[in-house]
Amino acid sequence: AVSHYRLFPKALGRLVSALGVRELHLALTQGFWRTQAWGQPPLQAPAGAELWVWFQPTVTDVDKAWKELSNILSGIFCASLNFIDSTNTVTPTASFKPLGLANGTDHHLLRYAVLPREVVCTENLTPWKKLLPCGSKAGLAVLLKAERLFHSSYHSQAVHIRPICRDASCLAVSWELRQTLTVVFDTFSSGQGKKDWSLFKMFSRTLTDACPLASQSKVYVDISPKNKEKELLEVTPPSASVHEAIVQGDKRTYAVYDLLSPSLFNTSRSLNVQLKWKRPQDSSELPIPILHAQRYVSGYGLQAGEISTLIYNTHPYRAFPVILLETVPWYLRLYVHTLTIITKGKENKPSYIHYQPAQDRRRPHLLEMLIQLPANSVTKITIQFERALLKWTEYPPDPNHGFYISSSVLSALVPSIVAMKDVDMEQSPLFTSLFPSSDGSSYFVRLYTEPLLVNLPTPDFSMPYNVICLTCTVVAVCYGSFYNLLTRTFHVEEPSRGGLAKRLANIIRKFRGVPPL
Amino acid sequence: MGLLSDPHCRRALSRLVLRLNTPLCLLSYLLGLGWFLALPLPPLAPRTYMSENAMGSTMVEETFGMGERALSYAREFAGHKKKAGGMPVAWLERTMWSLGLEVHRQPFTLTLPFPDETRERYMVKGTNVYGILRAPRASSTEALVLSVPCSPGTQNNQALGLMLALAAHFRGQIYWAKDIIFLVNEHDLLGMEAWLEAYHDINLTEVQSSGALGRAGAIQAAISLELSSDVVTSLDVGVEGLNGQLPNLDLLNLFHAFCQKNGLLCTIQGKLPRPEGDSLPAYAHSLQTLLLMVLAQASGRPRGDHGLFLRYRIEAITLRGINSFRQYKYDLTTLGKTLEGMFRKLNNLLERLHQSYFFYLLPSLSRFVSIGLYMPAFGFLILVLILKALDLWMKLSKGETGNAERLWDGDHGEPRPGLLALVPPLVVCHAAGLALYFLPVLGQHVATQHFPVSEAEAVVLTLIAIYVAGMALPHNAHRALSGGGSDRGWMVLKLVALLYLALQLGCLALLNFSLGFILAATMVPAAAAVTPNGPRVLLGVLLVLGTPAVTLLLTIFLQRELEEAPAGLGEGWQLFLGALGEGLLQHHLYGSILYPFLALGAHPCWLLLWNVLCWK
Repeated sequence: AVSHYRLFPKALGRLVSALGVRELHLALTQGFWRTQAWGQPPLQAPAGAELWVWFQPTVTDVDKAWKELSNILSGIFCASLNFIDSTNTVTPTASFKPLGLANGTDHHLLRYAVLPREVVCTENLTPWKKLLPCGSKAGLAVLLKAERLFHSSYHSQAVHIRPICRDASCLAVSWELRQTLTVVFDTFSSGQGKKDWSLFKMFSRTLTDACPLASQSKVYVDISPKNKEKELLEVTPPSASVHEAIVQGDKRTYAVYDLLSPSLFNTSRSLNVQLKWKRPQDSSELPIPILHAQRYVSGYGLQAGEISTLIYNTHPYRAFPVILLETVPWYLRLYVHTLTIITKGKENKPSYIHYQPAQDRRRPHLLEMLIQLPANSVTKITIQFERALLKWTEYPPDPNHGFYISSSVLSALVPSIVAMKDVDMEQSPLFTSLFPSSDGSSYFVRLYTEPLLVNLPTPDFSMPYNVICLTCTVVAVCYGSFYNLLTRTFHVEEPSRGGLAKRLANIIRKFRGVPPL
Repeated sequence: MGLLSDPHCRRALSRLVLRLNTPLCLLSYLLGLGWFLALPLPPLAPRTYMSENAMGSTMVEETFGMGERALSYAREFAGHKKKAGGMPVAWLERTMWSLGLEVHRQPFTLTLPFPDETRERYMVKGTNVYGILRAPRASSTEALVLSVPCSPGTQNNQALGLMLALAAHFRGQIYWAKDIIFLVNEHDLLGMEAWLEAYHDINLTEVQSSGALGRAGAIQAAISLELSSDVVTSLDVGVEGLNGQLPNLDLLNLFHAFCQKNGLLCTIQGKLPRPEGDSLPAYAHSLQTLLLMVLAQASGRPRGDHGLFLRYRIEAITLRGINSFRQYKYDLTTLGKTLEGMFRKLNNLLERLHQSYFFYLLPSLSRFVSIGLYMPAFGFLILVLILKALDLWMKLSKGETGNAERLWDGDHGEPRPGLLALVPPLVVCHAAGLALYFLPVLGQHVATQHFPVSEAEAVVLTLIAIYVAGMALPHNAHRALSGGGSDRGWMVLKLVALLYLALQLGCLALLNFSLGFILAATMVPAAAAVTPNGPRVLLGVLLVLGTPAVTLLLTIFLQRELEEAPAGLGEGWQLFLGALGEGLLQHHLYGSILYPFLALGAHPCWLLLWNVLCWK
């Protein structure tokens, strides 16, 4: 339990202790990380809202705690997390491991949900900023002006809570709260094709001081030389120190600005980091990430379809396994017998497969697989589905917009090309916790694919009235004539001879109540 | 039902149907035609209106002003195209990349079932190039498409220039919520089919394509642009897609609204807007436009590259710049503004276009006839077949009861032909249909070996030969069975043929009203009148005039007449031969249903009627 709230926000602290949360990860994302164009993401999150929580083993009713937790978080972050229910919650068995201290990984204590339709905007940013010890009044957070942050190509904010060791001896446990914000600015549209940037240009603010509560407040600027050409870019003001680290299998160089060092604000009162490219870049092709993926719906028509996932391993000589997690809503009926995994023209058998079929209106499909990706290959995973017919009250507003299928999650230990030395934990705690590597030769990557939009057959919603009219008419007509037929007595008819006169006479006799001629 | 269960009423009704059959049929047929001719009149064709809320008004401030840049792109493209002798793939990729798009290419190959002589292609190899503008803060779930065909010669250079200029303009905007795909497709429809199949990862035809594709989710709408001059006098909009499928009317309304906003002159079927007022010329003008649309829709041929999108439930239209001798010209900036407005409105869409009509006929761009109003015209035509069938049914059943009475009397009348007698004509007619469907393409090599013709000619000539031979073959089939030669025999056969025809046309009209209506209008009179006892020659001529092939020939003449470019006999015949080959290709390349429907459905049915005529 959290004992004091000088730095730790009270709202979250009480939540953690009251509901028996051991680890909590919440990400709110607007946009999709373009791995091909932007490279490997530092911290990726699926489009929309993602929440995964490990509960303490002492929690007896995990589902109830989960429901309560999502409702409270919904209130704290002004997000529609209250739409998390059993139809979009799953319990993955292999994809998500506790990141903090843990004794035992009983996956029944884990809950995972994604809301792909969630729109993230300023009302989600403000509560997130309030969790910071200085709010947005001092320190780095003064840059976070909503109007600039949402004038961007990608915006992802996250909150991670986990238990960690208080010191090296690990006798006491502390709670760690990490808040991350990832924003991608589009320099192309704002800078007429130039890629130069500065803090002021991006955030329309500059840095003036550090948060007084902070023990560390630094700005890192990636100035890694590409293709051994050093003098490509220039950073002003010159940084006092340079940090070298190996991040995601790649050697990176960072210019570091320490806001706590008094020399930084000696010359000017504010810090406005600027980066200029010395010559226009012709085709600054980013190296293609070793692991990337694409997902799409194939086929046409409103009956059947197919979800295809392409996973690329561009490593020239090393194969590695990847865990794929697919969560598909129940109204797409997956046919598991159609699951095919093809690599280089041959079938690829997953070494682990966990499938939990959906139950209508109760829980989604969950498919987890461990697939080996051979070196330099594309693996295509396809599974066919059929679109269910919903009850007409079950359609959301704008039913013709389509229904979202959340991103699938790829988790892998990707072998790095550059040899990595074990980074000293003490020296750079930030990098080791942000980019953990299990041993020297590989690093962990979690990747999310595109969410999908699938159209279901939708009725014409003005139809119920017509249907009621039509069925009433049909029933009335049928009933009337059947009743007529059933109650009528039939007898052999005499061939009637005689013309108009006789008919007239018969009519008159009918009126008189006399049997006809 | 109550009415029918009452024996008096039933008798009265059946007497009415029997006695007044011919006048009723005639009346119904004329009513059908009359209704159709009345469709362009204002009460039946109300004004179009926008149904989709998200596109409700044209309140968009267009800021596109890169007309000059579009022209310079066009000139540059023309130069590179000439140099490359085809599509300048590398230049396109480079240009799109420098505009900040995500560029992909898609090479494809395809071998046609037989050489296409009008376009001179057989083994086709091409590359589609497309750039995706990724919408900021969107997750690539929805996309819009702007496509331009890369045509041979100097065609469509300006369209490509305008597309690149639009891409440059769009890239700088922050408001996009859907990705925009800028597609340059080679070999017009073939490239489009290859691209659509690859994008949706399916294989309907034999197109082979390779390469990894970038995707942008579900495509919501597409606009195909064709433009071959620096200035235009009007924009023509093509709506009919493959198999006569139509885009949602709202897309058309959107185009019309922006044309009006920017003061552009827009036409449909190449016809100017209908003159105002209820005068006779106005009516004639609308009727011409309507007839042209009906003919185009009936052909099942896509009018422009947009036509293949519709299969995937992507609303699409083709915009074609026309440069004629009119005085007022519009430059590319105005066109660009129109397109920008349309794309911004489509960008606002929350849902797929679904509010407005999918089935409609257009007597002009501002008026439409909805399905509820044009279907009765077809219904009256089909009623003729039903009435005639009812008449035959009652005659037959009356004969049966008569027979039964006579049997009780111990008098053996003529032997009653069973349904077995129907089997030979049915089998032979359908075999002829199958031969018509399969032989022309399968037998092309045999034909070219034995006759001095090219493959394409061989296919068309085989087609005609089998078609004509079909008329000579089957009408002796029933002789194989004894007792087939009675009156009852042909009546049963005619009954079956009439019901079969009614069923086919009814189903067809639901998919493609125009085709159904044209076939009904030509086949129904002959089908209703045919009898072996009447004036044989007259009926024969009527029947031959009603055959689908002759209908095709006649509609070609009619279309040229309506386009105010009448064709001579020779030219008409050439067009007819071309249309036959085209029809076959359309089926094999894009999956058009016209050819299989005619070969496997309508023609055998017509042969059954021919059988009735030749019954002995």
